[in-house]
Amino acid sequence: MGVALTRSAQWTAAGYGTRTLEITPLNEVILKEIVMFVESFIYKHPQEAKYVFVEPLEWKTNLDPSAFESGYIVSETTVKSEEVDKDGQPLLFLSVPHIKIRSLGQLSRLLLIAKDRKLKEAQACIEANRDPVTKILGLDYNTVKEDTSTVNILDKITKDEDPESEIKMKVGMLLKQLDLHLLNHSLKHISLQICLNPTTVKNDIELLKHFSGKGEQTVLESIDYTSDYEFSNGCRAPPWRQIHGEICYVLVKPHDVETLCVTCSTEGVFLNGGKTEDEGEINYERKSEIYKDLVTFLKEKSAKFSENMSKQRKREERKKERKEKEKKKREKKKNEKKKREKKKRKKKKGEKKKGVGEGNKSKSKTKQNKTKQKRTTGEYLLILCTLSPLASPGSCPKSAEKIEEILSDSSSENEEDEEPPDRRQEANADLPSEYWQIQKLVKYLKGGNQTATVIALRSMKDFNLAQETCQLAIRDVGGLEVLINLLDTDEVKCKIGSLKILKEISHNPQIRRNIVDLGGLPVMVNILDSPHKSLKCLAAETIANVAKFRRARRAVRHHGGITKLVALLDCAQSSAKPAQSSLYDARDVEVARCGALALWSCSKSNANKEAIRQAGGIPLLAHLLKTSHENMLIPVVGTLQECASEENYRAAIKAERIIENLVKNLNSENEQLQEQCAMAIYQCAEDKETRDLVRLHGGLKPLASLLNNTDNKERLAAVTGAIWKCSISKENATKFREYEAIETLVGLLTDQPEEVLVNVVGALGECCQEYENRVLVRKCGGLQPLVNLLVGINQTLLVNVTKAVGACAVEPESMMIIDRLDGVRLLWSLLKNPHPDVKASAAWALCPCIQNAKDAGEMVRCLVGGLELIVNLLKSDNKEVLASVCAVITNIAKDQENLAVITDHGVNNDKLRRHLAEAISRCCMWGRNRVAFGEYKAVAPLVRYLKSNDLSEDVDNCITIHENGNGAVKLLLGMIGSSDHDLQEAAAGCISNIRRLALAIDKARYT
Amino acid sequence: ENHKRMGHLGGSVGSAPNSFKKSEVECLIRLFHSLVERANVRLNNFGLDRNAFRAILHSVFGMTDDMLMNRVFFAFDKDNDNCINAKEWVKGLSVFLRGTFEEKLKFCFEVYYLNGDGYISQEEIFDMLKNSLHQQSSEEETDEGIRELVDITLKKMDYDNDGKISFADFEKAVKEDKLLLEVFGPCLPEAKVECQQLKLVKGTF
Repeated sequence: MGVALTRSAQWTAAGYGTRTLEITPLNEVILKEIVMFVESFIYKHPQEAKYVFVEPLEWKTNLDPSAFESGYIVSETTVKSEEVDKDGQPLLFLSVPHIKIRSLGQLSRLLLIAKDRKLKEAQACIEANRDPVTKILGLDYNTVKEDTSTVNILDKITKDEDPESEIKMKVGMLLKQLDLHLLNHSLKHISLQICLNPTTVKNDIELLKHFSGKGEQTVLESIDYTSDYEFSNGCRAPPWRQIHGEICYVLVKPHDVETLCVTCSTEGVFLNGGKTEDEGEINYERKSEIYKDLVTFLKEKSAKFSENMSKQRKREERKKERKEKEKKKREKKKNEKKKREKKKRKKKKGEKKKGVGEGNKSKSKTKQNKTKQKRTTGEYLLILCTLSPLASPGSCPKSAEKIEEILSDSSSENEEDEEPPDRRQEANADLPSEYWQIQKLVKYLKGGNQTATVIALRSMKDFNLAQETCQLAIRDVGGLEVLINLLDTDEVKCKIGSLKILKEISHNPQIRRNIVDLGGLPVMVNILDSPHKSLKCLAAETIANVAKFRRARRAVRHHGGITKLVALLDCAQSSAKPAQSSLYDARDVEVARCGALALWSCSKSNANKEAIRQAGGIPLLAHLLKTSHENMLIPVVGTLQECASEENYRAAIKAERIIENLVKNLNSENEQLQEQCAMAIYQCAEDKETRDLVRLHGGLKPLASLLNNTDNKERLAAVTGAIWKCSISKENATKFREYEAIETLVGLLTDQPEEVLVNVVGALGECCQEYENRVLVRKCGGLQPLVNLLVGINQTLLVNVTKAVGACAVEPESMMIIDRLDGVRLLWSLLKNPHPDVKASAAWALCPCIQNAKDAGEMVRCLVGGLELIVNLLKSDNKEVLASVCAVITNIAKDQENLAVITDHGVNNDKLRRHLAEAISRCCMWGRNRVAFGEYKAVAPLVRYLKSNDLSEDVDNCITIHENGNGAVKLLLGMIGSSDHDLQEAAAGCISNIRRLALAIDKARYT
Repeated sequence: ENHKRMGHLGGSVGSAPNSFKKSEVECLIRLFHSLVERANVRLNNFGLDRNAFRAILHSVFGMTDDMLMNRVFFAFDKDNDNCINAKEWVKGLSVFLRGTFEEKLKFCFEVYYLNGDGYISQEEIFDMLKNSLHQQSSEEETDEGIRELVDITLKKMDYDNDGKISFADFEKAVKEDKLLLEVFGPCLPEAKVECQQLKLVKGTF
């Protein structure tokens, strides 16, 4: 620990007497390591922990005597340990604030007592005891340590044989180990730091100067050295500061920040204490973190700098292009000129002309030189930018490419979309032995004939190719290129051997990308045409692995891979002729299986789904679905399931009678197959006919029974999803009750991942549209967990939960429970949710709550700010929100007192009325809402409200109601026929107002 | 008499499930005689000598490695008279073109062990792989590479660790991975040639 502390710990430079440790990441790491070592010492080496130091470690502690408990004799200002040395002296002695400790065991204990202050204590201890090892072991041992040879230590042990010195030796060796460990640690840390030198710093500053000045476009207002004198070594810092590695000091004035005084040192760039006004002296103390270079530092400190820097970069890029063009043009011209000159010279041979020509030439030359120079600075700036972490190298073109990909290739799943950074094995990292062996094999692959190649390939396959080190080793020694090249040869055996390896290592996402980058996909797509079945299989399987990301999937499509893969599916069909022997049949089935596997991967891109359909894939998949091979069925159903997100697939699935087979396979034993089938049903069951088909083919029962197995979460999510969608049909919901699925679903409301919860709650929401199911959910105790879920954050889940709670609240008895569980308040607070869907769904759910609550009026009034909130929601732009909120308001408005409150809250009454009327009119434009209004009996109270406030006397409102067309008027007319006298009156009044208005408009028009 | 012999051969060879039909055998024998004539062998009118056979292996089956072609010749030549007669020709070709996996396995093993002790020795492997690496920077390096390849194959195939490959070893290894069937060099016609030849045999009728 001694060496590490003296050499690598960063002590504050300035200061007298006891120097302090600077607070740097490195020091912190060292301190933490030491603390860890000392803390665990007492457990790991109980014997050595008792060893008594030669001299005590002394420092000023912040610990209070009261912190010490058993094992210590505590008085008000002193603490003594009960543990004593052979002379009876305590090993720990604290006399506030001085503490003396004489054993590692006591140190250990002290750190435990210090708890979260242990880092501080350790720091204080090390600062006060600059050479702790000498104090612990005595001077002579420290010299032994400096010899760094264990032999010496061993010698000493054997020489004096008393057990105490043996322990002492052990302590010494342990400390030495710690020291080495610390040194290693700090080495790692230091190697991360980039060393700057005077030239790089100077270049940086010159460049920034180049782009500084007044105006908005520049990156900085100004940047200047503090000193004009440059030493011969390129530094501008005074010599006594150069000792600390400091190179120069710069005053930087960015556009948006005060002037910064910056120190550039070999360790990096940081903010110093600034230039003092009077003497022009610089306060050298570090005031910020260390950044690796000036650009990074400034980007961190000034947003404007960062922004303009990137602008500048783009401009430079553009300039570069332009200049390139210009240069070409100029060269062309020059050539032409030369030709002309030659001709002239030939003709006239005049000295003068020639001279002029040369003059021109040299002029253009100097011009060119200038542009060249400029370009290099621009390029340098580019390099500067790309070096700094904020702009990762080449990020611009890549992101552009990505956008293009997104546009052309939207995929149903966004797995693996962001390209992970390439991870190469570090050059100086300890390479595993496999690396060298694989390197040798690759050498034989490159330099061998077919026989040697096959042997090398075969041997390579014996490595554990599932292990990342091997995968990356193959790539890093250039094996991927060779493997892909082999696919292009005529040697079938080499191709097979190569594909066998590619198939395995392409499980690694990085390797996949490398394969695509090296152009592996087109070659593999070509192999799909080969007459060799095993080759076809391997190629398809490898494609299946590689096509796990968008770019690869697109490459497969662009090279005609989809058509070829679909053709593979045909194999099984054509060979199903009875004449063929069973052996060939099995191989054909295998080909089809591999084809399906690759299609499954590819079908995650929407464009590929369409390509599969166009290549005639659906009937082939439907045909394969009739087989009974599980291995075949999983990729087939998987592909169908992915594709079922497309409307025309769903139609085809219905038409090809695929549902029947999906249902059949739900009964399979294979979990993955069950999962894929359930997923496919989930995707397709948006359609009513499909839902009926699922029921008719007996699919509901297996779905219900699969609910009981909850270990496989993916499958559970798929199954609950299928149940959700299926239960949208009333008949299905009834069936699910018969199969006792409701109880199970309620049981799944707790302790499940969100994907499952969304579906479970969705299913319950649909099922609870039925009376019996609602009762059942209440009886099974489903309300509590449902209400508990109202506090979630997942948007889809919240929409489903609110719907389910709303459905339950239709039952007065359930409503009581919901109210007691505070569900209404939770629903109400969801009105504040940022997502309109959640808002609307919560508002719809509130309607039955208010309807069925015992004292709805009181309940609503109790919600502080609730009415205000809902009135404000009337300003929403979202139709669904408006409709639902109106429905809520009508329900609230049934209570006279609340009506008054609402009116109060509509601070500006007219405004409120206008909103309401607008809301009604807007909603009525939309057919479904009209029905919903009818269902919730919303219109009558609204109209009553309108009347009571003489709303329709307001011209604007009449216009809106009138304009919204027939909806409202029709309803109003209907209401005149109602048996409720007040309502009749109100409606009639409303209509009369509207009519009067219409007449007035007519009048106005004629006069 | 010739015809009689043909019939006899056709009967004996045709008994295996995958081998030729009688008509095909007759065709092969006719092919054999024409080849013998073309080879213009003065000394022996009954069969093909090594050179003639090698020429056929090269032109018809696309083999290139001299040493291996010699070995294939010896594997064809069951009676060790340095000449392949009609019976050996038909039998050999039935393995070549229609052989079951087991038959090919046996055939390859026969090609690879030369000294007749029933094992493929380390030296033999070295001999067979001698030309499998392109010349490296130095001869020593190439030799070292080949020695390494020998080690790799032995490690892979020598299950009983006796430093040589017995038929049992060979069979086990190849069954595990069919790529190892021609591990020490191509001695069977390539797959695409095989297809062509089969057509040829059928096509002559």
